[in-house]
Amino acid sequence: MSHPGLEHYLAVSILLFCLGLFGVIARRNLMIIYMSLELLLNAASLALVAFSKFNGNLRGQILVFFIITVAAAEVAVGLALIVALYRKRQTAHVEDLVSMKL
Amino acid sequence: MNLTWICLFLPLFAAVVISFFTSRHKHLSAALSIGAILVSFLIVLEISLSGGHHGGHELAVSWLEVGPLKVDFGLRIDSLSMMMALVVTGVGSLIHIYSYGYMDEDPGFSRYFAFLSLFTFSMLGIVFSTNFIQMFIFWELVGVSSYLLIGFWFGKESAADAAKKAFLCNRLGDFGFLLGIIILWNLVGDLNFSSLQAGWAKNSPLLGKYATAVGVLIFCGAVGKSAQFPLHVWLPDAMEGPTPVSALIHAATMVAAGVYMLCRVFFLFNPEALCVIAWIGGITSILAAVIAVQQNDIKRILAYSTLSQLGYMVMTVGLSAPAASMFHLTTHAFFKALLFLGAGSVIHALHHEQDIWKMGGLQARMPVTFWTFLAATLALCGVPPFSGFFSKDEVLAAAFHQNTALFVIAIFVAALTTFYMARLFFVAFLGRPRSDASLHSHESPSVMTRPLMLLAILSVLGGFIGIGGVFERFFEPSTQESAGWVASLFHPFSEPLPALFGLLAIMAGFCGAVALYWNAAKDPFPEMARSLSRAIRQRFYFDELYELLIAITHDTLAALASAFDQWIIGGLVIRGAHGTAEFCGRALRLVQTGNLNTYAFLLVAGATVIFFLVLFR
Repeated sequence: MSHPGLEHYLAVSILLFCLGLFGVIARRNLMIIYMSLELLLNAASLALVAFSKFNGNLRGQILVFFIITVAAAEVAVGLALIVALYRKRQTAHVEDLVSMKL
Repeated sequence: MNLTWICLFLPLFAAVVISFFTSRHKHLSAALSIGAILVSFLIVLEISLSGGHHGGHELAVSWLEVGPLKVDFGLRIDSLSMMMALVVTGVGSLIHIYSYGYMDEDPGFSRYFAFLSLFTFSMLGIVFSTNFIQMFIFWELVGVSSYLLIGFWFGKESAADAAKKAFLCNRLGDFGFLLGIIILWNLVGDLNFSSLQAGWAKNSPLLGKYATAVGVLIFCGAVGKSAQFPLHVWLPDAMEGPTPVSALIHAATMVAAGVYMLCRVFFLFNPEALCVIAWIGGITSILAAVIAVQQNDIKRILAYSTLSQLGYMVMTVGLSAPAASMFHLTTHAFFKALLFLGAGSVIHALHHEQDIWKMGGLQARMPVTFWTFLAATLALCGVPPFSGFFSKDEVLAAAFHQNTALFVIAIFVAALTTFYMARLFFVAFLGRPRSDASLHSHESPSVMTRPLMLLAILSVLGGFIGIGGVFERFFEPSTQESAGWVASLFHPFSEPLPALFGLLAIMAGFCGAVALYWNAAKDPFPEMARSLSRAIRQRFYFDELYELLIAITHDTLAALASAFDQWIIGGLVIRGAHGTAEFCGRALRLVQTGNLNTYAFLLVAGATVIFFLVLFR
């Protein structure tokens, strides 16, 4: 078997992205949607790292550090919101969170 | 700096100073106002006596230049404007002084004098105008100051209404005046009186078929200001103002401005326009004279008499005799101002009683007022040798030569004038006192009686001291100097027929008045002709007719405007915009499902579309 090329990495990245997107669109539990969001970020990170490796420079990897940082911050805020919401409403299902609807 | 500029702007200066600085000190305000007009009078007198106005000249500064429109602000100094300025400042001074006594207890004393000075300034501006634009500006200023003065007691509803009415009627006339000026400027490109007049002889057909229209439109200005039929309705109502104001504005100056303007631009009018002017004047004079016969308010009688005499003047201009018209204007200013001031003196003494049937027996109680009023009445009726006789004779002579129908009207008006003035005099001054107020009346203070005496002297002598000659020489430069006052005393009899008819008319009117009103306890006329009397008392229903006409037009316009507002503005524009917005809102609301997954899906779909468009197009 030869070494995997750029297209293999990108295929995995796209698979990961579609998986995450499906989770965000189809799942009902806020926690699951949240984890799917992380999958989306990771798919982007994977693609960037692959580009970095095959272009022979570090630009993509630098961007990945930023993504990791943003993801960490997002987790901190997002989880806190979910916990607060759960304490208030005793639920984390999106069907129950429709009070903004007209 | 020429003295005449000072003469024009001094009253304005007084008005400004009074309004801003001295309004709390009533005596100082009055002194300023009276001083300003007296100095103006002295300046005009000095220029007139020194002969500095002979030949006529202009002082002008360029005021406005927009493209081809050049407007000067200047002073036209010739014998016409000088005589008019003498009347305005001379009679005006006496009225100012009289006002000092008449308005003594009024809380708006300083305001009154500020308005009076503003009015004097505006009026002098008209008199000295060198061109149509300047005249129009001062024309409007006169309108404003008369509005302020008529509505001086604005707390009284009738006074406020009268002021509005006067202003609106004036505006109506001024609209025609402005149209005339614009057409004239369009066709000739020049609005200066003297250059217009100089060019007129050379190319008089310049106006072509618009000549009559321009003449009649410019005459519209005079119809409004001089209260001619059909805009005569404002003058009687304007009697709501203080009586000295009636004397100043509605007898001597403002209403005379229309006649003055007609004489100033007399060269403009072609025979057709002159015919219109003459007939409007004739109709006004007879209409007003008939109405005056059945009025009971002393000031209203005088107001209708003023209307009638103004009709005379306008008619005389229309009969191509501007000199006679200006002569009558001048003498009329003397005796009508005197009549109004005399009436004011009576009203003052009787604690604001204006009904002549509640007066009577004033001869012994108010001797000065009595005798001066008598002199003015005789002058108005045209009894020789009082001033009115001479000027009225010239009016009658002009009518006699030009138009027999108008001559008959003029004679009839002369008879009516004597009739209603004799009625007023018999009822208000003679006989027994008819009310407590007239029983306890007493003569007015000397600050009021002295002006009466001075005006009485002018009313008696004004006919034969050469005033008529000045105007004749102005309009007909070929006329030689008059031959002294004895000759002018007998001048009217050089044409015996008009003079004779005039005297006969006076006799007829006097006999009629004696028969009906000598020692009458109440008016016998209504018993004799009930419906006629009622029609006259209601002033031939002009006010009601106008009210009806205005109401109909107003209602129609209002209904149209309302329909437009309701259906076009409200229905189409407002409801349309609102409906579209609401429909879009309702449609877009369906997208707001409340489901997080839907939002996420829509977000991704949107992002996909954008990516697709950006990358593959």
